[in-house]
Amino acid sequence: MTQAIDRRDFLKLAGLGGAVFVSGLAGCAGMGGAKQEDFYFVQLSDTHWGFKGPALNPDAEGTLQKAVAAVNALPFEPDFVVFTGDLTHTTDDPKERRRRLAEFRDIVGALKNKNVRFMPGEHDASLDNGQAWKEFFGPSYYSFDHKGVHFVAIDNVSDASARIGEAQLAWLKADLAKQDKDARIVVFTHRPLFDLEPQWDWATRDGAQAIDLLMPYRNVTVFYGHIHQEHHQMTGHIAHHSAKSLIFPLPAPGSQPKRVPIAWDPAQPYKGLGFRGIETELGKAEYEITEFPVVKA
Amino acid sequence: MVAQRRRLLAAGLAVAAGAALGSRAFAQERVIRVTARKFEFVPETIELKQGEPVVLEFTTADVLMGFNAPDFKVRADIAPGQVARVRLAPDRAGEFEFFCDNFCGEGHETMSGKIRVTA
Repeated sequence: MTQAIDRRDFLKLAGLGGAVFVSGLAGCAGMGGAKQEDFYFVQLSDTHWGFKGPALNPDAEGTLQKAVAAVNALPFEPDFVVFTGDLTHTTDDPKERRRRLAEFRDIVGALKNKNVRFMPGEHDASLDNGQAWKEFFGPSYYSFDHKGVHFVAIDNVSDASARIGEAQLAWLKADLAKQDKDARIVVFTHRPLFDLEPQWDWATRDGAQAIDLLMPYRNVTVFYGHIHQEHHQMTGHIAHHSAKSLIFPLPAPGSQPKRVPIAWDPAQPYKGLGFRGIETELGKAEYEITEFPVVKA
Repeated sequence: MVAQRRRLLAAGLAVAAGAALGSRAFAQERVIRVTARKFEFVPETIELKQGEPVVLEFTTADVLMGFNAPDFKVRADIAPGQVARVRLAPDRAGEFEFFCDNFCGEGHETMSGKIRVTA
């Protein structure tokens, strides 16, 4: 706990992070029977390795490396790092897809922290049902436990129609059945599980079924990507937090007729891009999110 | 026996009349053919009249595509080699966006069109 306070204070005092968002139900101590410890992890998302578009990001071949360097330069070592999808930019060519996935894997191999979790996005997986992605990173949905928190990674992209699918939903139901109703559960996914902006394809067609399965659990938080910006929304007591991209930002949901990417601003390079650190509170279902830029201002 | 035959005959006629009415009603609906290809719908704008039911027929020569018009709560998968049909009876005038909701490649995010309904 002391380290957690030190870490939080240090980040604030050093001005390393951007806006801090506290999520969760303060005071929900004593969740589950597992040993509770505070910890810290980093979420990166939508790196789109292989994208080319100088008007949107003239440093498309260097932004990911800068983000890796920024994570390595954090004053506190995260417990783990997670990439929530769209590791690569889509291509119709299966060989090129694998080349991009290999290059991505090699670049993020420079992370000092070797406990890295990966998830696919539709750009990685939708054109071949996740086949190439799985060759590099293994199963596209899975769960793991870390210091008293149960993490679940849901794949809502390998099916091009943005469905989780019956088989995975059955797996999710069985996985959750092993948890106490007051367990601390964190979900990683790529698309929003709820209908954020269906006109922009910002939804999961059967996401409501996943939320229904999660709803009986009192301490659930979802971290996702896909929409290339920070966004926070509740569905009942479940908090959903989207992450910034590391290639180009997108407009706020429904703020304009078309989902046109936001152009690069030479006066403010890398504006709207970044990654986040997520701090857990000992004994609370609470997460403190600190946003970090790709490069220091 | 005669009465029974008459009843059966009457029932048969009724079914036949119903079928004819059904097919005539379907045939009366205007059919609009739309091609989905990477990464556009052709035509991009579908012109409709308020209150006039139409049938939209979608085909694709590429990968699996989707048609989704959330304002009318209709969608369809457009699979290669098949014709996807959607019946639409717009109840209000205006311009309404539709889009491809099956990820189909690099231009997927901008693959959309417009339904223009005139009063």
